[in-house]
Amino acid sequence: MPDATGLELIGQELGSAVLDTVFFRERATLVIEPDSVRDVLAHLRGEGYAFMASLHGVDYYPEEPRLGVVYELLDMARVDRISVKLRVHSQAPEVDSAMPDRPGDRGWPTAVHQEREVYDMFGVVFRGHPDLRRILMPEDYEGYPQRRDFPLGGEPVTFTYNDPKRPPATA
Amino acid sequence: MNPVDPERLRVRELGATQLLRGAEIEGRTQPAHLEGEELERHVEERVMTTTLDKAVAWARSNSFFPATFGLACCAIEMITIVASRVDIARFGYEAFRASPRQADLIILSGRVSIKMAPIVRRIYDQMLEPKWAISMGACCSSMGVFNNYALVPADKFMPIDVHVPGCPPRPEALMHGVLKLRKMVQDDPDSSWRERYGAVGTEEALPGA
Amino acid sequence: MSPVEHETSAQSEKLSEYRRREQSITLSEVDRPGGPPDAAGDGEPGETRQELLTLNFGPHHPATHGVLRLLVTLQGEVVRDIKPIIGYVHTGIEKTAEDKSYWKVIPVIERMDYLAYYFNAMAFCGAVETLVEVEVPKRAQYLRVINLELNRIASHLFWLATSALDLGAISMFWYCLRERELIVDLFEMSSGQRMHTRYFQVGGVIEDVPRGYAEKLRSFLKLMPGRVDQYRALLNGNEIVLARLRGTGRLDAESLLALGVTGPLLRAAGNPWDLRKAQPYCSYGDFDFRIPIGTVGDNYDRLVVRLAEMDESVKIIGQALEGLPEGPYMTSDRKVALPPRHELATSMEALIHHFKLVTEGFRVPPGEAYYPVESPRGELGCWVRSDGSAKPARVHMRDPSFVNLQAFSQMAEGGYIADMIATLAMLDPILGGIDR
Repeated sequence: MPDATGLELIGQELGSAVLDTVFFRERATLVIEPDSVRDVLAHLRGEGYAFMASLHGVDYYPEEPRLGVVYELLDMARVDRISVKLRVHSQAPEVDSAMPDRPGDRGWPTAVHQEREVYDMFGVVFRGHPDLRRILMPEDYEGYPQRRDFPLGGEPVTFTYNDPKRPPATA
Repeated sequence: MNPVDPERLRVRELGATQLLRGAEIEGRTQPAHLEGEELERHVEERVMTTTLDKAVAWARSNSFFPATFGLACCAIEMITIVASRVDIARFGYEAFRASPRQADLIILSGRVSIKMAPIVRRIYDQMLEPKWAISMGACCSSMGVFNNYALVPADKFMPIDVHVPGCPPRPEALMHGVLKLRKMVQDDPDSSWRERYGAVGTEEALPGA
Repeated sequence: MSPVEHETSAQSEKLSEYRRREQSITLSEVDRPGGPPDAAGDGEPGETRQELLTLNFGPHHPATHGVLRLLVTLQGEVVRDIKPIIGYVHTGIEKTAEDKSYWKVIPVIERMDYLAYYFNAMAFCGAVETLVEVEVPKRAQYLRVINLELNRIASHLFWLATSALDLGAISMFWYCLRERELIVDLFEMSSGQRMHTRYFQVGGVIEDVPRGYAEKLRSFLKLMPGRVDQYRALLNGNEIVLARLRGTGRLDAESLLALGVTGPLLRAAGNPWDLRKAQPYCSYGDFDFRIPIGTVGDNYDRLVVRLAEMDESVKIIGQALEGLPEGPYMTSDRKVALPPRHELATSMEALIHHFKLVTEGFRVPPGEAYYPVESPRGELGCWVRSDGSAKPARVHMRDPSFVNLQAFSQMAEGGYIADMIATLAMLDPILGGIDR
């Protein structure tokens, strides 16, 4: 992990894109503006963090901005990890996709399935993703299951008092 | 005895036809001219009779062709019963068929998600009568460890004959379940599942119809 | 496997929206100028239009890799495009984990990647231990390493059995599963369950190993290297397996890194990235072992790398067993770990701790942590967010097969459909991990 000072340096280099730097339990996290995600990722790639280990979503219900997307980056040469986190409102959950190539910035092909999963589970729309559709749930499913206000669902467990096939006990 | 020897064959033929009459064959004294009760007892000791249903049920139960249908972790244990420690071939069930048209036992091994449920139903419908289903593991019998939005218990969309509990059930437990099914089939010669469960209105609903 | 012909655009309105979106979007028609048929009849070779065949490798198929659905676009027998469709065994594990207290999450999370169950538990326990800042005693770490490496061997054995079955070398199936039974017996000896043992707990392991475990493990370790050599000899002597695996499914390390692929796939391409050596966790730094890497990155290299990894795992287990230190197998922090049962009769605090831990569970200070481990398929990471209560607020498992599957279409494109089967076998996807 970059230590606390290294993290501060990176934060200063990125300037206004960084909202906060968190150094917790020896792990470095940058909290950034949602619109600057591609620039931040490109800058970090230049610093050496060229491998995107994971891209996943979080739901910070009930605080707004509610939906978070976390990018875990890894520098294989120096064995360093850094997390990049951004948060979007549930009313306007749009983020630039990390996948497509841009002029002067290669895309991250590993983001294809992972962004689809975040879309499927949380409803975050990734602008520019070539094929944004549901990946784990059926195509016509409604709702975003891993949001915190989505019910867990499932079958009710039947005990003797709520077994529909049993005649109710007379008092 | 040389079976090809025509003389011996003739003797055996005669022996068979005169078995019930109790005639003398080859110097062995047969009980002569049995009548009534003695004849009955004599016959019972030598000839086995059964109904055609029972014979067919015996043959069916000893030669299930399971369909290769592994979904999740229980599939690992199902594959283990084909391996050498708990050998399903001892009982005659090692012929796992990939095509549902050729299989008559579907072992639902693993969790059935809502995306998979219509496909499982389709495969079950493609199997020909008589067919049986074993629900292996806790996830398809009840909801198992995961009581949530993504799973469907198998009883909701297809009739199951034997539920094998466990997470995952040991190969021996699955074997016990299969043998229970064998006993079920041997005892009950009526094999169509629609009669067994009194199912009304359970014809396949085709998409778009 | 029903062939569905790709229809011309005039007819595709008849397809439902769902079906249309399922079709290949990158390549749908190929124009071949200068083809043989002289359709126009004017003496010039005309343009022929070929339609590509879209084949549905349905979720139910004879390959034993789980319910993976592939839409394969074929030109003759050459694969032009593959689109994997997943989600057929999606279990909502991550959402279920949010509903249970931390130690109850362990059985749920173990069932994700169902061949590497100890690794799932390790990743989760590691993440929670980071958040709670509890230290795992050395004996527990060594026991964890022994079980993790045994699980790695078991996973590779099962992979070898089913992959060889796919390729047609059916006798490997019986031999590999015979060895796997020995390993699973060891798991049963230490924890009582063959699969999905909830042996790893936050703070250590749930129980010490019984008497006789060390002897049984030693006899297994003496047996295993010889068996791996036998498997190698069986497969290397089989010309058909060699012809099918050599040179097929090749992908270079650059593309693999861009796609996020780790594990034996990356090591077969030549990149020696292994978390056990790069970021040692759980006392892996104490052991002396090597990382096998391949050179070309084709299917044969993947086979060789995994076979060699089995050998290295045997070495690690031997060293861990010889060096197993005495000591507690669980942390003594009573806020996190259950007190030993004999204390419950004498100490009031132990009773209260036990009660609180069993009913409510331990509370974890708010924070987020990502803990990666090296599973048999690659980097398996667990990201846990806690909000201070006894239940996790978000558990995300970064599954290696989910990310490795993205590389599949690039690996198999341009090859024959039979090579695609071999590549799928060598990719080692576990659908439980992919779909979670």
